[in-house]
Amino acid sequence: MEKEFTAQPVVESAPAPFPGVNGKSRTSQRDASMNALSKLYYRYKKILKVIRLFLIIAGPGIIVMVADNDAGGITTYTATGAKYGFRLIWFLILLGPVAYYVQEMTVRLGAVTKRGHAEAIFHAFGSFWGWFSLLDLVLLNWLTMITEFIGMTAALGIFGVPRVLTVLMASVLMGTMVIQGRYWTWEKAAMVFCVLNLIYIPAAFMINPPISQVLRGCLIPQIPPGGFTNELFFFVMANIGTTIAPWMIFFQQSAVVDKSLQEKDITGGKVDTAIGAFFTVAVAAFCVILTGTLLPGQNIYDAASAAAKFMGINKQLGTFLAIGLFDAGFLGAICISLASSWAFGEVFGWAHSLNNKVKEAPWFYAYYFFGIFLAGTVVLIPHAPLVLITLFVQVIAVTLLPAALVFLILLLNNEETMGRYKNTLFQNIANITIVTLIIIVSTLYGISALFPNILK
Amino acid sequence: MIPEFFKNTVSTVRSINQKYAKPQIKMTPMVKFSLLSLRLYLIFLVGILIYRFITMLR
Repeated sequence: MEKEFTAQPVVESAPAPFPGVNGKSRTSQRDASMNALSKLYYRYKKILKVIRLFLIIAGPGIIVMVADNDAGGITTYTATGAKYGFRLIWFLILLGPVAYYVQEMTVRLGAVTKRGHAEAIFHAFGSFWGWFSLLDLVLLNWLTMITEFIGMTAALGIFGVPRVLTVLMASVLMGTMVIQGRYWTWEKAAMVFCVLNLIYIPAAFMINPPISQVLRGCLIPQIPPGGFTNELFFFVMANIGTTIAPWMIFFQQSAVVDKSLQEKDITGGKVDTAIGAFFTVAVAAFCVILTGTLLPGQNIYDAASAAAKFMGINKQLGTFLAIGLFDAGFLGAICISLASSWAFGEVFGWAHSLNNKVKEAPWFYAYYFFGIFLAGTVVLIPHAPLVLITLFVQVIAVTLLPAALVFLILLLNNEETMGRYKNTLFQNIANITIVTLIIIVSTLYGISALFPNILK
Repeated sequence: MIPEFFKNTVSTVRSINQKYAKPQIKMTPMVKFSLLSLRLYLIFLVGILIYRFITMLR
């Protein structure tokens, strides 16, 4: 019987170690330092990879949150700062987590169901609630877009730019951003405008605000002198109302779907939303600091008049505020118009992605441009009831926001659809509390808009 | 062209209504209660809007 040949491993004897420090050989020291360096390099590459991956996923959350500081939002914050100084900054900071918890739900819902919010409502709750949500959204978004154009025309009006030119310019810019047929390009362009929205931060540092008072306003919850008056309640409601708008829910969910975010990207989407919420609060706080420092005790009715007053104090400051207001209106307009177009496309079954060229999704782009045209022309009508329109926005938002939020929570608790991504107990407690509060406050705000004397 | 457009739109709306005729969400007591509350809330809001509209006209 032949012996089986098995290969034997060749073992080379290790070379005799060179003498080194502390009894360790130079080779082992060199190996140890190479090990530490390679571990450091590996960690560095891993962190870089995580950052790169996050930058790919980031977008919908930051854009929707920064766009939340639209023309109406900037007006609310500047008015709040002028009226109450820095005393309500702590309250604005609290609204950050509120916005985060609501918007984070849209990330999960969009990534798991691959449906926009309008389609999700139709699918889950049937055509009655679907049509109610869709048509209400379309009406509300149209009215809100008018207010964004009002903000843009007022902002550039400070520099003597005619309204027609502003509307044309903004429309062309909005159109250019979408027609190139790539969601990615649109998103990166929108992010540039988001960075521009932070212009209030350097503006606030330019005026040397009283740091101790600002910090006090940030960290110590307080009621302004005079107590909890009806007027204060109105400002509180206005600030809450401007933090969560129905279009934000529809926009972010559709953006998540258009960006093709998957379930594994949910964590990145949440971080994206959290960073966006931080920027929302930061811009709001710095708007308050600006007017709280320079225009204390004055009644501000719109951000454009605040910018005009700033022009009288410091031209550069006024310019910053005007640019910020234009940017706020522009960002709001591009997001709101897309929210409507996406919603319609989802429900009617049109091709409705920014990754489609115009020829591939004609109805999607037609609706988008039609929305811009309708909103822009209203602003150009002489003696158009723009104040009434702003009032209508507040009232109609009250009809849609509670429904959108309730549907969101019900959908996130549907285990069949959401699986392991459904709301946890803590999320349900937090979200239901937030939604109940928002519904109560926005209802009172809407009623006070209809009956101004009811709270007096 | 316009009548054809409207005809197409009506048929599209009908097909959407057929597609989404049956709600797909599981109608748990919580869901039913929420939808009922929502309906009552909206009836209340619409009532206020109509009342305000009438008082404004007067």
